[in-house]
Amino acid sequence: MDKVKNGKSMLNITDLHASIGGTEILKGLNLTVNPGEVHAIMGPNGSGKSTLAYLLSGHPSYEATSGEMLFDGQDLVNMLPEDRARLGLFLCFQHPTEVPGVRMDHFMRAGLNSVLRSKSLDEMDVLKFDKFLNSKVDIVEMDRNLVKRSVNEGFSGGEKKRNEILQMAIFDPKLSILDEPDSGLDVDALRIVANGINQLRSEEKSIILVTHYQRILNYVVPDKVHILINGRIVKSGGKELALEIETNGYDNIEQSLANDQHSG
Amino acid sequence: MTQIGVKPEESYLNISEHLESTASLNDSVHFKGLRNKARKCFQELGFPVERRGNEEWKYTDVSPIAKIPFEMPDLRHQQFVRGIVSTPVGFGKSHWNKLVFVDGQYEEKLSVVKDLPDNVLVKDFNKASKGDYDLIGKHLGNYADFHGNAFNALNTSFLDNGAFISIPNEVVINDPIEIIFMTTGLEQDTFIQPRILVLVGDNSKVAIVESYVGIEDTRYFNNSVTELVVGNGANLEYYKIQTQSRKSFHITNTEIIVGKDSTFSSMNIDLGGKLVRNNLNLLTNAEGSYSVLNGLYLVNGTQHVDNQVIIDHAKPHTTSRELYKGILDGKSKSVFHGSIIVREGAYKVNANQVDKNLLLSDKAEAYTKPAFWVYCDDVLCGHGAACGQMDENALFYLRSRGIDELSARSLLTLAFVSEVIDSIGNEHLREQINDMVHSRLEDWLGIFS
Repeated sequence: MDKVKNGKSMLNITDLHASIGGTEILKGLNLTVNPGEVHAIMGPNGSGKSTLAYLLSGHPSYEATSGEMLFDGQDLVNMLPEDRARLGLFLCFQHPTEVPGVRMDHFMRAGLNSVLRSKSLDEMDVLKFDKFLNSKVDIVEMDRNLVKRSVNEGFSGGEKKRNEILQMAIFDPKLSILDEPDSGLDVDALRIVANGINQLRSEEKSIILVTHYQRILNYVVPDKVHILINGRIVKSGGKELALEIETNGYDNIEQSLANDQHSG
Repeated sequence: MTQIGVKPEESYLNISEHLESTASLNDSVHFKGLRNKARKCFQELGFPVERRGNEEWKYTDVSPIAKIPFEMPDLRHQQFVRGIVSTPVGFGKSHWNKLVFVDGQYEEKLSVVKDLPDNVLVKDFNKASKGDYDLIGKHLGNYADFHGNAFNALNTSFLDNGAFISIPNEVVINDPIEIIFMTTGLEQDTFIQPRILVLVGDNSKVAIVESYVGIEDTRYFNNSVTELVVGNGANLEYYKIQTQSRKSFHITNTEIIVGKDSTFSSMNIDLGGKLVRNNLNLLTNAEGSYSVLNGLYLVNGTQHVDNQVIIDHAKPHTTSRELYKGILDGKSKSVFHGSIIVREGAYKVNANQVDKNLLLSDKAEAYTKPAFWVYCDDVLCGHGAACGQMDENALFYLRSRGIDELSARSLLTLAFVSEVIDSIGNEHLREQINDMVHSRLEDWLGIFS
């Protein structure tokens, strides 16, 4: 099945380098994601997974030193985070920020209306948005009262994660980057989050799922799995690659890489 | 009247003594006695310009006040003022009862006193009857002790007219009563010494708004003293809102004494002024009172706002809550010095104090200093303080959802103050203050979406 729309990929990363505070974190990363695909990026702690997620979404503390990031044909490198969001890029945060004094539903409506405005579409008034929001909360089995509270304030770990997936449903992005959506979740919460993600999969939308563990991939089955070690994708494959990691761990891959380098 | 080479304190005393000798001040025996004592006290104390080792004034330099020869406003301007000020420019609704003072003079035409229940007194001191004076004499100066307080002593040296509100027992007043002090600033370097006495009888309920407004953006000096007496089971909502000239000096001394099982709340809003110092002292004189002292200040440029709040829990089972928040831009400074005293035997006191500052500029400075003096074991006291710049993670979180940076900053700034604004009980005042804060922040941050 050819998923490349108009011959264009959703995301095209070429030889991406990035450093934080003088330390190079990404050292020449290449990745192509086509519409409809779910890519899992796995790697040990400190391999650069979260850096990649922040770089793609435009966090001001992360800067690409060289290389290219094309999203839907547009260069992301110097684009503001809000403009990336408006183009349909979405980051599901590993640690969603608490914002006291800003109500969850107000915040989501403000965001969605900025996106709609940028596309010259009609903005949603409170009534319309409430209805729309109500139609989405069941995707993550979320308590309706939570959206009246301040953004993430006093939410449990699981509620925060579900809240991220709820926002993914609200914004309906072309490309979602899910940064460890499974971390800190018990089995039930994991199933709810994974269920939500699966409901949002479609032929046109792509997902990059960053994870340390294979666990969530039992629920959200990826099209491709990449192993990120030391700032580079060192191995790519199908969903079976994740199982291999589960069995043998990252050490095994790192070991064989080291051996390759020595013999090469 | 100011003479070259005369110490500023002498200059004030000369003016005050001159007024006394020409019988220009309120001739009540009680007033006269207070003035004489206060003059002596002020002469001894002088302005608190010495800051070394003086905790109370460590971060606030009042030497500019001491250096400028402020004068009484020229009353010949009153005719002119009446011509330009046709409606009171306070913060309440037009039909609310209000006492309006312009450049220290009571303005009957601008004031509204009507439809009050029997025995409720809302008047200026000069209109007080002999019976009223007995009541005033019993309370005025009783709570605001000028010994050791130069600004209070200075105010009392000029004790003349002022606002007097007395609510008898068992009376509920629905609309707030506003006291407006308007300083025209038509002349440079004038001073006014507002004086307020509010007595709330047992089980009565009222809201009082003390408003300080200005017309011209000139330099002047406001130095007020307010005494609030809250009866047993009474409920007083007290607002102090200040939007005076950004070149002005604004000192206030508010003394509150709360009775048994009473409820008191204060909301202190400072948007104007160059140098602002609010002394707010609350004494819980009987068991079971509940007090909430909140404040909000928005400053930029070289504005300086200092809130000194002392809560004296003298009796058991008394509760206090303090929430002060400030937004600082430019090179502005804020000081919050919150003291909580729990006296011996004042068990089951529950006191909590929070001061938070949002710094919008690298050059703004916020000093916050909580102090607890607890002489009783069985109490619950807590405090929190925070001074910081905008949370960059929160900012990114909002932007990652498509909200542009300016709107995100505005949203977070408003969210910061919403906690205080939402706590404002009176709906009209809440809207007024919300609008003022919004438009102020709009100017600072740019437009809102």
